[in-house]
Amino acid sequence: MSSKSRRITLTVNGEAVARDVPVRLNLVDFLRHDLGFTGSHVGCEQGACGACTVVLDDQTVRGCLVLAVQADGCVVQTIEGAGNGDNGLMAELQAMFHLLNALQCGFCTPGMLLSAHELLQANPLPSREEIRDYLSGNFCRCTGYQAIVDAVAAVSRARREAPAA
Amino acid sequence: MTIGAEVPRDRAKRLLSGRGRYVDDINLPRMLHLALVRSPHAHARIGAIDRADALALPGIVAVLTAADLETAVSSWRAAHKLFPGMAAPEQSALARDVVRWQGEAVAAVLGESRAVAEDGAERVSVDWRELPAVMDANQALAPEAAVLHGDMANNLAFAAEITAGDAEAAFRAAAHVAEEHFRFHRHSGVSLEPRGIIAEFEPGESRLTVHQSHQTPHQQQDLYARLLGLPEHKVRVICPDVGGAFGLKHHLMADELVACAAARLLCRPVKYIADRLESFLSDVHCRDHEVHARMAFSPTGEILALQVDDLFNAGAYGQYPRSSIAEGNQIIRLTGAPYRHANYQANLRMAFLNKSILGHIRSVGHPIACAVAERLIDLGASRLGLDPIAVRRRNYLNEADFPTTSVGGVEFENLSFTACLDKALEIIDVAQFRQEQAELRTRNVHRGIGVATFVELTAIGPEYYGEGGQHISAQETCLLRLEASGAVRCYTGATDQGQGIDTGIQQVVAGVLGVPLSEVEVISGDSALCPMGGGSWGSRGAALAGEAALRAAATLRQNILAIAASLLQKNATELTIEQGMVVDIATTYAHMAVSEISRIGHFQPYSIPGDVTADLTVVERYATRGRLFLAGNGVQIAIVEVDVDTGIVRPLRHLVVHDCGRILNPLLVREQIRGGAVQGIGAALYEELRYDPAGQLLTGSFADYLVPMAGEMPDIEVAHIETPTETSVLGAKGAGEAGTAGAVGAILNAVNDAISPFAASIAEVPITPARLLRALGRF
Repeated sequence: MSSKSRRITLTVNGEAVARDVPVRLNLVDFLRHDLGFTGSHVGCEQGACGACTVVLDDQTVRGCLVLAVQADGCVVQTIEGAGNGDNGLMAELQAMFHLLNALQCGFCTPGMLLSAHELLQANPLPSREEIRDYLSGNFCRCTGYQAIVDAVAAVSRARREAPAA
Repeated sequence: MTIGAEVPRDRAKRLLSGRGRYVDDINLPRMLHLALVRSPHAHARIGAIDRADALALPGIVAVLTAADLETAVSSWRAAHKLFPGMAAPEQSALARDVVRWQGEAVAAVLGESRAVAEDGAERVSVDWRELPAVMDANQALAPEAAVLHGDMANNLAFAAEITAGDAEAAFRAAAHVAEEHFRFHRHSGVSLEPRGIIAEFEPGESRLTVHQSHQTPHQQQDLYARLLGLPEHKVRVICPDVGGAFGLKHHLMADELVACAAARLLCRPVKYIADRLESFLSDVHCRDHEVHARMAFSPTGEILALQVDDLFNAGAYGQYPRSSIAEGNQIIRLTGAPYRHANYQANLRMAFLNKSILGHIRSVGHPIACAVAERLIDLGASRLGLDPIAVRRRNYLNEADFPTTSVGGVEFENLSFTACLDKALEIIDVAQFRQEQAELRTRNVHRGIGVATFVELTAIGPEYYGEGGQHISAQETCLLRLEASGAVRCYTGATDQGQGIDTGIQQVVAGVLGVPLSEVEVISGDSALCPMGGGSWGSRGAALAGEAALRAAATLRQNILAIAASLLQKNATELTIEQGMVVDIATTYAHMAVSEISRIGHFQPYSIPGDVTADLTVVERYATRGRLFLAGNGVQIAIVEVDVDTGIVRPLRHLVVHDCGRILNPLLVREQIRGGAVQGIGAALYEELRYDPAGQLLTGSFADYLVPMAGEMPDIEVAHIETPTETSVLGAKGAGEAGTAGAVGAILNAVNDAISPFAASIAEVPITPARLLRALGRF
C-alpha cells in the first residue's frame, strides 16, 4: 500500500492533462475514473483479456499493466479519441462492426477495435489467419470472433478496392 | 418485411464509440466502495474477526460482519417445491460461523475508493479454524465425509429417478451394450464484465435503487424487497449495459446483497465490482458432473434402452432463488431425447461440497445430456460395424412421432432432426472427409469427425417456478406508447445483454404496426418503468417477449385504424398501415400519417367519437400454458485435428444446423449460435475450474483458466431449418442454448474418431493435452 502521489502531464485524446496521481494507480483506472473516459474497460487486471487496451505513443498497450505515472509526457488515445488523422480507418471499422454485428455486449469492443486498427495500419491486407492471430490478445465471450474477423477483413478489402483519398 | 430481416442493432453504435454505460461507469455522490474479506480456506470455522487495524486506516468508513448485517438483511434457503425433499441449507449474505468454499465472504470493508477498501480488507484479521475440505461428490457422499451443514445427516442434497419401460430386460436382450464413464469438469460463464452493483438507499422514503449488471431486474426487485424487508414498490432495479451474462447474472449473489445491506446501514451509495479472481472464486459455476451411462442396441443399431447415472454437486449451498437442481434434472430428462427409445432408467444424486455454488449457466445440462448419448451411439455403432450417422438416422424421432412426450418427460411439439441432419450432410461431405482422413493418417496426421444431435429447451413456462414457489415471472408483458409525434415507445420485461433482443422486439413492433423501424424505441432493464417480466435467460426473449410485443402491436394497430376509420368515415377493415401511413387497401391511397392520428388522439381527443376505442397506450401479455418448455433442435458436426505427440486438439471446421422456429433476425441468431458454439468448444477443450484436494482454486486467472481466443477458433458454419411453433402467432423458439448444447458432444466424438487408430478413447472434458496424452498411453 502506498499513498504517495506524483504529478503527471500528458495528452489524452488530443487534450493536455495535468493531474496528481497515486503512484500505484494504473493507466486504465486513471483514464476511467479520473478523466471519465470509460470506453476502456477492466476485465481482468492481469494483462490477459485486452478489454483495457489503449494506445500509448502510437502503440496499443494494456491499460491495466501500465501505471499512470509511466504515461507522464506521453500521448494516449482511447476509443473515444481514436481515429484522428487515420484516413477514416477507425470510422470504417466501427461502421463495418455495426453492419456485420461484430459485437454483442460491447465490453471487449473498444479494445478489439484498437487492436484491429493497429493491425490494418501495419498490414493493410492481412489474411484471415493473420487477423485471428493479431486479435488473440483480445478476449470476446459473446461473438465467437467470426463476425469480428469478417468485419476487419471487409474493411481491409474495401480499402484496397477503393483507397481513401 | 421487417420481421425476419437482417437488421443491425442501434445500441451497437453507441457501444462501438466507447459510449456504453456499464455499472462501473456510473458514479454517485458520496459513493462508497466495497471490498470483501474472503475465506482463504475451503472449509473453516470463523473465529474472532479483528477489524481495528482496518478501521484505523484513513478512508475506511466501516467494516461489517454477519452480525452487523442481521438487522438489515435476512438469510435464505434455496428450496424448490417441485423437488420435495431437496435439502435447502440456510445461507446469509456474509458467512456466519463457518465458511464453506474458498472465497466465501466474511466481512465487508467500505472505503472512499476501491483501492483503499482493498487496503482495509488486507488489514482485517480472522481467526480461522480449518475444517476438512470435501472436494469431490463421491468423497462427499462417503460415510466418513465431513458433513457441510449441521442440520443435515450427510451431504446428499437430493436424489431422483426416472424409469420408463424395462431397461434391465432390454439390456439383457441386447446385441451390444455401449458403456462409458464420463467426467465433465466445472467451469463458468466468465462474462468479460464481472458482476457489479451500485446500491443506493434513501432513508426518508425507505427507497432502494440498484444499478446492477443483471439479466432479471424484476426478480431482483422482489428478492431485495423481501430479503431487506422493504415494500417492493420502493425498490427499483436498473440494468444498464451488461457486459455479457450467459446465465451468470440471473442469480442472487450474496456479495451483491452485502452491497445493498451496507448501503442501507450506512445510507450512502455502495459500489461493488468483482475483480477477476473474485469472479473465478465466487461466481456461480456450472457442470462438474460424473456420468455413468450405457446404451443397448439391436444388431441393426436400434436403440433398445438407455441407462444414465448422474452424480453432481450443488457446491456449498443451493443457488437462490432457482436452486441448483436444474442441471442434473436436465441431464436425466434430456439424455437420448432425440431418439426413440422406450426403456429408460436414470438416476441423479446431488451432493454438497466445498466449492462455489453451482447454478444455471448457458445451456444448463444440455451439453452433458447431448455428449453422453452421442458418444454412446458412436461407441455402439463402431462395435456393431455400422455407420454412426445411419444409426442416428434410424433412431431419430421423426415427423410422424410428433407431438410426443419423451421418456424423460419433456414435451416435443415439432422437431426436425432428420431435416437438420440432411442439411448438415449437404454442407459437409463425410465420404470425402473419410478419404482425406485415411490419406492423412498415412502421414501421421490425425483428423476426426464428430456428429452431435441436440434438443434445446427454451422459453420456460410459468409452471416450473410458479409451482416451485419462486417469484420468477415466465410471463411477458409489453407496453406500447404511441407518442404525440407518431413514434412508438415499447417497454418490455426482456433485457438485452448484447444478444440483441431489443432489436428483435423493435422489428416485431414495427412489422406488425406497419411503421418504419426508426419510429420504434425499445426500453428495457428497469423494474420501475417496464412491465413485470422475467428478463432474459433460458432463451426466452424472442418466443415470449416477442409474442407479447406482437400482441401489443396488433392491439395498437387496431386502435389506430379505428380512429382513422372514424375520422375518414370508412370501415377499419378497408384500411391498413404501411410505412407509417394509413392506407386504403383497395386503392393503396395514403389517407393520413400515423403521426396525424397520434396528434389528434393526444391533443384533439374531442374529434374522436366516444364509442371508438382511442387508447394510444396499450398493454398485452403472453405466457405459455401447460408446456414446460418450447423445444428446438439441431445437429452439429465438428472436424478436428489431434496432434498425438503434444495432445493439442485443433478445431478445423464446425457446423451448426439449427431449428429455432421463426427467425426474427438472422444476423442476431447466427451470432447467438456462433458465440454459443465457441463457448461450447471452450468447455470441450479449455475451460476448467480446478481445485487442489484442500480446496484451493488453481485456476484463478486467465493464465490458468483458458478461454477460446480468435486464433484457435475456426469459422462456425451455420444453417437453419425453420419449424415455427404453433403455440404462438410469431412462431419463434429460443436460440441461445443451441451452440453450446451440441459443441461438447461433437468435439468429443471428433477427437475420439481421430484417435481411433490408437485403440484409445477419452470421456473426460475439457480434453486437455495432458488428458489426451494419457488416453493415448503416452504417459
